[in-house]
Amino acid sequence: MSEFVFLYRGGEGGRSPERAQQTMQKWMAWLKDLGAKGHIKDQGQPLERSGKLVKGKQKTVTDGPFAEAKDVVGGYTLIEARDLAQAVELSKGCPIFEVDGAVEVRPVMKMNV
Amino acid sequence: MGLDEHLFRREAGRMVATLTRIFGVHNLALAEDVVQDAFCRALEVWKFRGVPDNPAAWLMATAKNRALDVLRRDRTVRNFAPELGRLLESEWTLVPAVEEQFEPHAIRDDELRMMFSCCHPKLTEEAQVALILHILCGFSVDEVAGAFVSSHAAMEKRITRAKKVLARSKKLFDIVRGEDFTVRLPAVHRALYLLFNEGYHGASHESAVRTELCGEAMRLAGLLREHPPASTPATFALGALMCLHAARLPARLDSSGDLRSLFDQDRSRWDVGLVAEGQRLLDLSAAGPVLTEYHVEAAIAWVHTTAHGAGDTDWNTIVSLYDKLLAIRASPVVALNRAIAIAERDGPQRGLEEIHAIADSDRLVHYPFFHAALGEFELRCGRHETARDHFRRALAVARNSTERQFFEHRISACERPTHELAL
Repeated sequence: MSEFVFLYRGGEGGRSPERAQQTMQKWMAWLKDLGAKGHIKDQGQPLERSGKLVKGKQKTVTDGPFAEAKDVVGGYTLIEARDLAQAVELSKGCPIFEVDGAVEVRPVMKMNV
Repeated sequence: MGLDEHLFRREAGRMVATLTRIFGVHNLALAEDVVQDAFCRALEVWKFRGVPDNPAAWLMATAKNRALDVLRRDRTVRNFAPELGRLLESEWTLVPAVEEQFEPHAIRDDELRMMFSCCHPKLTEEAQVALILHILCGFSVDEVAGAFVSSHAAMEKRITRAKKVLARSKKLFDIVRGEDFTVRLPAVHRALYLLFNEGYHGASHESAVRTELCGEAMRLAGLLREHPPASTPATFALGALMCLHAARLPARLDSSGDLRSLFDQDRSRWDVGLVAEGQRLLDLSAAGPVLTEYHVEAAIAWVHTTAHGAGDTDWNTIVSLYDKLLAIRASPVVALNRAIAIAERDGPQRGLEEIHAIADSDRLVHYPFFHAALGEFELRCGRHETARDHFRRALAVARNSTERQFFEHRISACERPTHELAL
């Protein structure tokens, strides 16, 4: 098994309370299903969409956001999968696609190469 | 941890009502933004960390904290609720003042204030109902449009205009001062009645949506009963009529999803709890000399509830109740229902005469059950072809697939020879 990080980009929540609740319930069901199948190493955390950016030799501090709203990382999950292809397949169940978001699938580098 | 099916929607109404109280009615849009923001946070956090033990309290606390942020940030550039004015100036007073607004009894009063505010006399009844559904019941514009089978554009226009009227009304309705209260209460009754009716008789084909509308109307009517100046005999009568009708909802569709008329329903599927609650409220409504349309409608529903079927229904009483209802609030639909009761009492030919005598029956041509009643009575008189034509007209104006299916069955009933119908 290898480890992968799912980075959730964009896809702000539902327009109406009802849609927001439905979206959230889909997320919880999806993560639960991944967990039941042994693919979740760490469920991860949500990230605030604002913060600070510290940059350069001068260590200049600027306010977020750090990217276009549609690209901001809103959270991550640590996944276990056979290979990149399987990790990609697993990501396809993510409800973020219903709200125009994206999942970035990144393999975690292995120590013993 | 599971979640109530419509928790977000229900809490949205409570949160907007309370935040509007704090921010002032002119800042309604700001209150809505803060609520939207709280839901975004819940969505982001809960999907990773699971639903908290008390999700409603979590949402309220989030809204409260965001409200404090906004009040601190904007206190120099924006006017908030005038009664909050001085309290905003120091942290010592700000936090307790806002905390107090989030006490359960304060939130309930805020819901009432908003309910009365939505029934602004400058708004049409349709706009009042749409606004209540949108603001107090947390329905999105799309969901309100869906419930009323209206286009998104038309509903958005109606709600946007209604919100402007509300935001310009300077302050929320005062639910404490007696005089205005008595004047506005009938408008609130009417709006809740229409909301319930939209659920009960409305056009949406999804029975789930319609049950929700009835449920929301009943919830808001319950809030009125908890607030003494609003718990008048008319309020009890309105609650009674809602309970007695809602009790029949489970039996309106049979196991194959077909519409069942009142006399064709499996009465064992009626909700006995709601019947009992309806009776209790009906008893409470009997205090005082005022007889409203809600009293009469509740009484009609009660007569139906106590009968075992069409055969032993007390049609005499029902006809005289419809006479009373016509005297209080005349409408072609009430006249149609009276004609149906007369047909049950005196036979189909008398029913047809009464229907033809309805003065403004042209207002009923888009109402499918007008044609269906004509069809039913012609059929009982043995005039199959005429009956079929009426049912075809009903089918042409049917508003959803359940109604269409029902009228198609009636049309095929007209094809059968008479002796089979008798079976």
